[in-house]
Amino acid sequence: MADLISSPRRTFLKLAGAGLGAGLLPAAGRAASPALVSAAKHEGQLNTIALPPDWANYGEIIATFQKKYGITIHNAAPDDSSAQELQSIRSLKHQSRGPDVVDVGPAFALNGAQEGLFRPYKVATWDSIPASMKDPNGLWYGDYFGLVSFGINRSVSKAVPHDWADLKKPEFKGMVALNGSPLGAGAAFAAVVAAALANGGSLDNIMPGIEFFADLAKRGNFNPSAATAASLVSGQTPVVINWDYLNLAQAKKAKGMTPIDTVIPEGATPYGAFYCQAISKFAPHPKAAELWQEFIYSDEGQLLYLKGFAHPARFSAMAKAGAIPKSLMAELPPAKPYGEAVFANDAQTKKAQQLLAANWTKLVKA
Amino acid sequence: MSFRFKAGEGGGLTLAFVGPLVVYVIAFLVLPTLMLLAEAFSGKHGLTLKYVAALGQGQTVVAFRNSLVLSALAALVGVIAGGIAAYLVLRPGMPRGVRSLVTSFSAVAANFAGVPLAFAFIATLGSLGIITVWLKSVGVDLYGMGFSLYSLPGLVLVYAYFQIPLMIIVFTPALEALRREWREAAENLGASAFDYWRHVGLPILLPSLLSAFILLFGNAFSAYATPYALTSGIVALVPVEISNVLSGNVMISQQTGAALALGMIVVMVAVMGVYALAARRIGRWGRR
Repeated sequence: MADLISSPRRTFLKLAGAGLGAGLLPAAGRAASPALVSAAKHEGQLNTIALPPDWANYGEIIATFQKKYGITIHNAAPDDSSAQELQSIRSLKHQSRGPDVVDVGPAFALNGAQEGLFRPYKVATWDSIPASMKDPNGLWYGDYFGLVSFGINRSVSKAVPHDWADLKKPEFKGMVALNGSPLGAGAAFAAVVAAALANGGSLDNIMPGIEFFADLAKRGNFNPSAATAASLVSGQTPVVINWDYLNLAQAKKAKGMTPIDTVIPEGATPYGAFYCQAISKFAPHPKAAELWQEFIYSDEGQLLYLKGFAHPARFSAMAKAGAIPKSLMAELPPAKPYGEAVFANDAQTKKAQQLLAANWTKLVKA
Repeated sequence: MSFRFKAGEGGGLTLAFVGPLVVYVIAFLVLPTLMLLAEAFSGKHGLTLKYVAALGQGQTVVAFRNSLVLSALAALVGVIAGGIAAYLVLRPGMPRGVRSLVTSFSAVAANFAGVPLAFAFIATLGSLGIITVWLKSVGVDLYGMGFSLYSLPGLVLVYAYFQIPLMIIVFTPALEALRREWREAAENLGASAFDYWRHVGLPILLPSLLSAFILLFGNAFSAYATPYALTSGIVALVPVEISNVLSGNVMISQQTGAALALGMIVVMVAVMGVYALAARRIGRWGRR
């Protein structure tokens, strides 16, 4: 399990293609088995956790599921982190309000699997989830992924940075922000890794990324306040390095008020990361949890992610099968970087964390 | 502080009121501390010193040093500025309205912390804040002059926003207890204002000043959301480090978090110990 997702996405796509017999796709279109639906309906409820309504379109995904199956979803603590999701499984064990399903980062999925917090389950569309994005035993499975992008508030910043080097230009003085500490916030961590890839580093050595931010800070371009959707739109942090799906969703939401551009930086290997679904071992509503997984891994569920600009796990398989409407594709950024993206594996992530812990505060000074 | 109960005198009543407090303290202070202790020393295979030993690592040492310096400075600023403000407000000549205005504002401001406070400062004094931009337009470049909201001095400034009001709230009663007769007596004996404060006012207030300092120190020491929202982790602080390993999206290590928290408890206990020693010395004067 250690060399989780080390493959560049090119391989990732190939794997997806390989695992995908032509006969598998019809399963995607098939509705969940009536027995499962009725068992889930009998339970009547589903406890989710840490699903923000404006994140990867979870608002619509939840609403659609509830309407389709008449099952009430209790979504606890929408803004909780992956660590808190796992903690919630632990501390609410055997309680009816414990989470049924979680949506966590890969490091936390591995951690939860090792700790025995998850119950294995394989959805009907299992084979079209790329092998690099799932646990072979079905303990966890990637649901969607995104790339590191720049979100630019155009009413404050007249200029648009197209690559990482652009961020160092004087016109972005005091503007470039992360969504928190790279030691605590996932997208900020990814930003440092992506900057490393653009500056001669690699997934195994993110030092150049830390040095990039140190230089950015020295020039006064780095704005250390933790960026939020509000600070991007209000212009306090006019250039935010964040997941593409968050920047794109924010742009859509602010349409007509504040023009926001989303740029996948050019001239560098795009860096991406995915989230993972898992069913809690102590799920109070196990059948509803299974139905939830069947729903979000069906074509319908996966397209809902895409509608929220998050590329679903089965994206390449679905694109190949022509299951993605053209109108939806037209709203997305150019597909090319999504085919080139790389993900870090668990060992690389740990190494990067150590480098960050030792050097971030030492080198980056405001 | 010490409770002394006389046997037989309202014993039942005492039990009824103090009993729940004791239960509360055990449930919410003693037990969690013990669990923290257990967690900090437990590894995958039984007991381990690994996590506590890791507190000696460079990064963690820096975090503790930053936290100590920041809390001490923020407490000092609060005690001095808040103390003087409270004194000025209580002066006889002050219009009644001013006092209630200041106390009401203090009550609100002392509780205004976290992300909203951070954002308020980012919007005003951040690198693109209203005041920063306005000053720049009149030729004063704050950030060019070396000021930064996202640094340790910047954090002291932000903390002052809730520290000073807290000081005003906790210190006002102590000031009110200073009797005017004492000052009049001192003046009758020929003391100047300085003499009065040097020999009468401050010695009487010293215990209150010290406990206020401890309270403000603890308040700043544990502040977490404000520095998190302000620094992107570039100023290492213990509470932020704890959140990184306990509730972040990047790493996970409950034991490290427990060890860090234990370190914070040790610091607070040490500070309280120094306070207890100092209070005893001062107390000798007070008892006489």
